Amino acid sequence: MQNRIKLIFISLLLFFCFLILFEALKKSNIYVPDKVLKKSLPKFKSQDLDLKKEISSDELFVDSEFYLLNIWASWCLPCRKEHSILMELSRNPKIKLIGLNYKDKFTNAKKFIDKFGNPYSDNMIDTDGTISIELGAYGIPETFIINKNKKIIKKYIGPLDQNSLNEINIILK
Amino acid sequence: MLATQIGYYSLIFGLIAGLLIILLSIKNYNNREIFINPKILPISFLQFFFVSISFIGLILSFINSDFSNETVYNNSHTTKPLFYKISGTWGNHEGSLLLWLLVLTLFIFLFLVTSSNQPKRYRILTLVFQQIIIIGFFLFVLITSNPFSNLFPIPQEGLGLNPILQDPALAIHPPILYIGYVGSSIIFASSLAAVVENYISKNWARHIKKWILISWVFLTIGIMLGSIWAYYELGWGGFWFWDPVENVSLMPWLCLTALLHCIIVLEKNLSLASWVVILSIASFTLSMSGTFLVRSGILNSVHTFANDPERGMFILIFLFILIFIALFIFFTFFKDNNLKKIKINWISKEASILVNNWFLMYFLAVILIGTVYPIFLEVITDEKISIGPPFFNKLIIPFLIFFLIFMAIVPSLNWIKSYLRIRITNIIFLILSIFLSYIVLDRTSSETLILTILLCASLYLFFITIREFFNKRFKNISQIVSHFGFSLLILSILLNSIFSKEMITNLKVGEKFNLKENIITFEKIENNKSKNYDSVIGYFKIQDKNQEIIYLKPEIRIYNEPTTITSEADIKTTLYTDKFLVMNFVKGKEYFNVRYQLKPYMIWIWISTIFIALGGFISFFKKEYAK
Amino acid sequence: MKIVRFFFIFLIFLNFYNLSYSKDNEILKKKISKNIRCLICQGQSIYDSQSDFAESMKILIEKKLNEGLNEDQVYEFLKKRYGQWITYNPDFNKNTFILWLLPILLFFVGGAIIVRKLIVQKL
Repeated sequence: MQNRIKLIFISLLLFFCFLILFEALKKSNIYVPDKVLKKSLPKFKSQDLDLKKEISSDELFVDSEFYLLNIWASWCLPCRKEHSILMELSRNPKIKLIGLNYKDKFTNAKKFIDKFGNPYSDNMIDTDGTISIELGAYGIPETFIINKNKKIIKKYIGPLDQNSLNEINIILK
Repeated sequence: MLATQIGYYSLIFGLIAGLLIILLSIKNYNNREIFINPKILPISFLQFFFVSISFIGLILSFINSDFSNETVYNNSHTTKPLFYKISGTWGNHEGSLLLWLLVLTLFIFLFLVTSSNQPKRYRILTLVFQQIIIIGFFLFVLITSNPFSNLFPIPQEGLGLNPILQDPALAIHPPILYIGYVGSSIIFASSLAAVVENYISKNWARHIKKWILISWVFLTIGIMLGSIWAYYELGWGGFWFWDPVENVSLMPWLCLTALLHCIIVLEKNLSLASWVVILSIASFTLSMSGTFLVRSGILNSVHTFANDPERGMFILIFLFILIFIALFIFFTFFKDNNLKKIKINWISKEASILVNNWFLMYFLAVILIGTVYPIFLEVITDEKISIGPPFFNKLIIPFLIFFLIFMAIVPSLNWIKSYLRIRITNIIFLILSIFLSYIVLDRTSSETLILTILLCASLYLFFITIREFFNKRFKNISQIVSHFGFSLLILSILLNSIFSKEMITNLKVGEKFNLKENIITFEKIENNKSKNYDSVIGYFKIQDKNQEIIYLKPEIRIYNEPTTITSEADIKTTLYTDKFLVMNFVKGKEYFNVRYQLKPYMIWIWISTIFIALGGFISFFKKEYAK
Repeated sequence: MKIVRFFFIFLIFLNFYNLSYSKDNEILKKKISKNIRCLICQGQSIYDSQSDFAESMKILIEKKLNEGLNEDQVYEFLKKRYGQWITYNPDFNKNTFILWLLPILLFFVGGAIIVRKLIVQKL
């Protein structure tokens, strides 16, 4: 009798393990962070790519309804792919585009902008990648949509595409 | 082309042989003959032969770079050196499963050959259980991971083998590890057969002990090779990361270690029978779960296999079928009424082995829970957590201290009833170890307090086992060698982690820096072209305080197929210390990121593991206990 | 009672780790970077990885330490941005108390089984 209880107990436990592992197989093991954060934008200071002077985030994130913060670099291939979408967004007056140039050489960054056009109203430099980490970024390209209260309302990891453009346009309406 | 076809059909023949064996066995089980059907042995050999043919077929496809074979296409390249073409055979999922099958069929054949003095029905049942496992793997290979699937049109060039897998230690690591894993399948099958036949006896214990030793020794060496590979190829001089894949290899090892101790009790006086059976089942289950966790891609690990959920599903279901068969057999057939019970005293070898198992099972529980908990948590709450070194250190180190002290005290106990003698040397050793670890503590920061307590315990065990060598207790020589190896292992790991020094800096060619009276000069770089990679070699001159000069030449390799950059550390090994130097590109800069480490007693970690395995090896060839 | 006492001893042991705050930022940086997962790599710590993310993270940890944050504050800072997944040292909270306590519970259960086996046989 005691044996039977043990058997039933162990079987149930194993069955539970089986179910969990079964469920786990269906999930992807690639870590996908929360996309909607509702977090405040941290304050940071950095050099400006064009003006060559120290500028703080408080000075940049003023007088617009929405902001888009895009982390990019000239050596990053996916960044070229999303560039046309950024250019398209830059024509929308409701949103202000701010670039964060990630671990790049100044001359290369300049060349990139000259060649493909400048969608950003301002460009900051992140030479050692720490500002991106302050923002909670993973790599490049990465894009944050920020509202006027300086809350991050949406985050795109990887290049923007037509779908994300549509989503952003819905937010802007 | 031909090799692929032959390989594939050989596999099917192997599967048919398996079914045939089961059929013959069932007939044979119930008839009155005293011996097993003489046809079974040749068929079993034939099965092994078919799998060998198919394995050789795959190796030939790799050697000839036959890219019409999908496995070869995915994992090989014409420019790869021959050695890595061959080792590439088992460096991938499909090929490694074929290797697994090869060892499975070889082992059951060897089992049949060597067990002729065992009862007929027990042998037949073991064979049947083993064939169930083998058929499961045949189906797994043929259905979900066929190593012989064809590609058309035939690609000109293969995708190449991941460069970090192109390493001599890793090339031989899988075969050795699999012998360990697969050996546990024989233990599993045989213990189930013994339970059904009510054949749990001293005789059985003596017989199965050999198989436990084989798998234990190979598993020990296999884990060590994996660790050596990690030291050379991954990261920055670490050799154990508490990574899930490493953990799953350690779990069966702990289980087998516990089993190894228990089987001696069973062999000696027939107690702990049920526990031995449970451990036998658990070792194989843990090996299989390891396969499941690694191959299904359910875990996030640094050692990745290309994975797909369908395979995971297959192993998962197969694994649980085996577990439930085992449970059912254990609960229906197991009787220990006929085993005469012997009283176990508090102070006796039996009791100490129980305590040994207690600790080993605790370590096993920590590792098991630490490895699978994130999976459970994610399914239930959707939250992802990481469990790494801090968790394992916190839960294992305090208990390891008691475990080591315990290991030092009890192995001198006798069977059944004994007493603890307090010898004057024991006290001297204890004082000596406390003193030595105090010196270590004094020379480092207070941060290492817990480590020094552990150091003290391992020093104590170290001294005691050395004394045992001089006591000429040759009856226990295997145990002493293994325990000595274990104390040396903990000791060298500790000294290594306490006294490691490192320097990370950015250097241009021509610059120098200092670390602990060592002067490191970055003399020049040289560009080289090899068959399958281009490399940048840095020349570093290292001058130590005795004005001795050595040169280290770390490499940065840019492999062409697939394009990957790896940094090859250059390591100068001596008995006292390893000098480890590695360099890396820094994006957009002309200087290199250089990392220099002094890792004392590194080689002793490997030597001590060899000692541990050697103990098992000696035990394998030791004369059996007199009846 | 014995169990309670043993548990206390165990807690004291655990505390040794937390007491061991080092003043030296270089050592601390190494220790922290070993306990932080490199999010874009497969199962490597920041310490072991050479990816851009890991390199930036190392610099950030150093910056934060120089700003005067202690070890725990650095972990908190990173957890706030990247969640629990980033640290190899899981917190003790409602999700993880089973993780921390189950092994120890099993240890005591095992001990109880052994003691029972030895006592029952004595009778």
